[in-house]
Amino acid sequence: MTKPKSSDKTGTEKAGDKKWVLKLYVAGQTPKSLTAFENLKRICEEHLKGEYRIEVIDLIVNPKLARGDQIIAIPTLIRKLPEPVKKIIGDLSNTENVLVGLDIKLME
Amino acid sequence: MKAKKKIPVLEKCPSGIAGLDEITDGGLPKGRPTLICGGAGSGKTLIAMEFLARGAIDQNEPGVYITFEERRDDLVKNFASMGLDLEDLIRKKKLIIDQIRINTAEIYETGEFDLDGLFIRLADHVETIGAKRIALDTIEVLFSAFSNAEVIRSELQRLFLWIKDQGLTAIVTGEQGERTLTRYGLEEYVADCVITLDNRVVNQISTRRIRVVKYRGSKHGSDEYPFLISEDGITVLPVTSLSLRHIASSDRVSTGIERLDTMLGGKGFYRGSSILITGEAGTGKSSLIAAYLDAACRRKERCLYFAFEESESQIIRNMRSIGYDLQQWVDADLLRFHAIRPTAYGLEMHLAIMTKLIQEFEPKAVAIDPISNLFTIGDDIQVRSMLMRMIDYLKLKEITSLYTNLTTEQGPTQYSVETTQAHVSSLMDSWIGLKTIEGNGERNRALYLLKSRGMAHSNQVREFILSENGIGLIDAYIGSEGVLLGSARTVQEIKDRAGKLAREQEIARKQRNLELKKRSMETDIIALKEKYAEEEREVEILMEQDKERETLIASERKEMAVHRTADR
Repeated sequence: MTKPKSSDKTGTEKAGDKKWVLKLYVAGQTPKSLTAFENLKRICEEHLKGEYRIEVIDLIVNPKLARGDQIIAIPTLIRKLPEPVKKIIGDLSNTENVLVGLDIKLME
Repeated sequence: MKAKKKIPVLEKCPSGIAGLDEITDGGLPKGRPTLICGGAGSGKTLIAMEFLARGAIDQNEPGVYITFEERRDDLVKNFASMGLDLEDLIRKKKLIIDQIRINTAEIYETGEFDLDGLFIRLADHVETIGAKRIALDTIEVLFSAFSNAEVIRSELQRLFLWIKDQGLTAIVTGEQGERTLTRYGLEEYVADCVITLDNRVVNQISTRRIRVVKYRGSKHGSDEYPFLISEDGITVLPVTSLSLRHIASSDRVSTGIERLDTMLGGKGFYRGSSILITGEAGTGKSSLIAAYLDAACRRKERCLYFAFEESESQIIRNMRSIGYDLQQWVDADLLRFHAIRPTAYGLEMHLAIMTKLIQEFEPKAVAIDPISNLFTIGDDIQVRSMLMRMIDYLKLKEITSLYTNLTTEQGPTQYSVETTQAHVSSLMDSWIGLKTIEGNGERNRALYLLKSRGMAHSNQVREFILSENGIGLIDAYIGSEGVLLGSARTVQEIKDRAGKLAREQEIARKQRNLELKKRSMETDIIALKEKYAEEEREVEILMEQDKERETLIASERKEMAVHRTADR
């Protein structure tokens, strides 16, 4: 199982011109965090087809970053782009809710 | 010698809030969470913030304030008006205020989660300034933000355990629930100390109350206590000491009226006693107070005047017209007035404010004028209870207190026994009654003592005169028709004087008569004596003559015998 690292970037390397920018906030290498990351990768691959960039932020390492996006629950996923900003919490096991929450249209 | 093993005692964290440390016997439990619950606007945020601020200022314990509802800037502004400069504390790194915004609309739950984000944030703040105190206001917001109450509950348990581990003294605020103390039952987790705040409105007057519902491991005052929110922050007033443990002083103080002192066993009131002055409107009750306070101020004793009917300037003006200059004592800061209508607050609040002022000013005498209109804001039992506590408090401090009470005429006769409302008179040591007596087309004032505990006192009615030279007490004339006052008395006195004069003249006349009689008698006696002396002489002469004749007869007889040539 791949372990999520801070500021891990996947998808294409061209920074800044991805359609989807997603930030995943975790607190250390907990099972929930790992599950969330796995689920996220899977959903992105399935529905966003490379048009995405995932940033993982570990609050244990950078606690002050929680303030900016008002993070309380862990894990929290923030959709930075496209706007408007959306926030969903949980380990992302409920795929349907994730899609609705991120407002991702189901691909045919 | 082996030292005794010390039993661990619950450590307390002084809150710095006036009165709160008294009713909690030292403060909040150190290193534990305290729950403060109450309705909206009851003062939870205030207590929480003041706890942190005072901790930072007085005890050098930095604090973290987490607000879920109010905005940081609003808090800073609100507290500035209460004399707490939060910006300054923040700058000095003694305080952190962090607002956690939870927008329910944007939260989609997609699986399992925990509240580590919150924990991390808190831990970070605590570490940044080395905080010892923390406030969470109101953490119940979490319940309404997230749908899964179970998760929230278990997370809160985890949070409180974490707080305990960190040794932080925490205040957690909660909204009042319908059937439970808090809406979401926080009291199950925050079980060490629970305090409720109440803001009741009775008869259109609101009173704030605080109560320590539970305090594990410590004794605490279990009653409700009134508290004030003022520019000094929160003040809790634990004013329910009804222990009757005060010591009775034997010192006597002058009433300010010489004649009244003599009526009171010759020396006046006992220091620290409670004195009730009752009478109808216009009988001069307040003037007795002025007389006493004037005398007390002359002795350089501070006095506090609680006026519930008239304003300060009105009282001063009125007393000036009878020769008492109270303004000079106000200027010398020996006399302070506190004038307010009873309907401004509830009874508890009045008591709280009054004791606060007494504590600040430390007077030797207190006047409450009048107590009768306190009955407009409470029933008999409540007012009596409030007065009892006031009197008890004053006696403990050996403060002489005077109370005026408006009474209305009862009964058919002029001197019917006065009953005071709620039997307030039984709380008092001395009771002075003032009456107006109508007669002969005028009304005169009378003063009499109904009781004065611990001393022999006069039972006589005195006429009570108010003039610009002050108060005077004159013996009332007690004649055959009853007591005469005013002009009737004057008339009677004139009559008396005239009568006395007439009698004196009569006696003088009789004495003169007697003199004359005596003299004439003496003359008579002399005349009689002379007459008697004369008669005596006459009798003597007669006796002499008689004797002579006898002798002559005897000698003649002898001669004759010789001539007859008696044998012999």
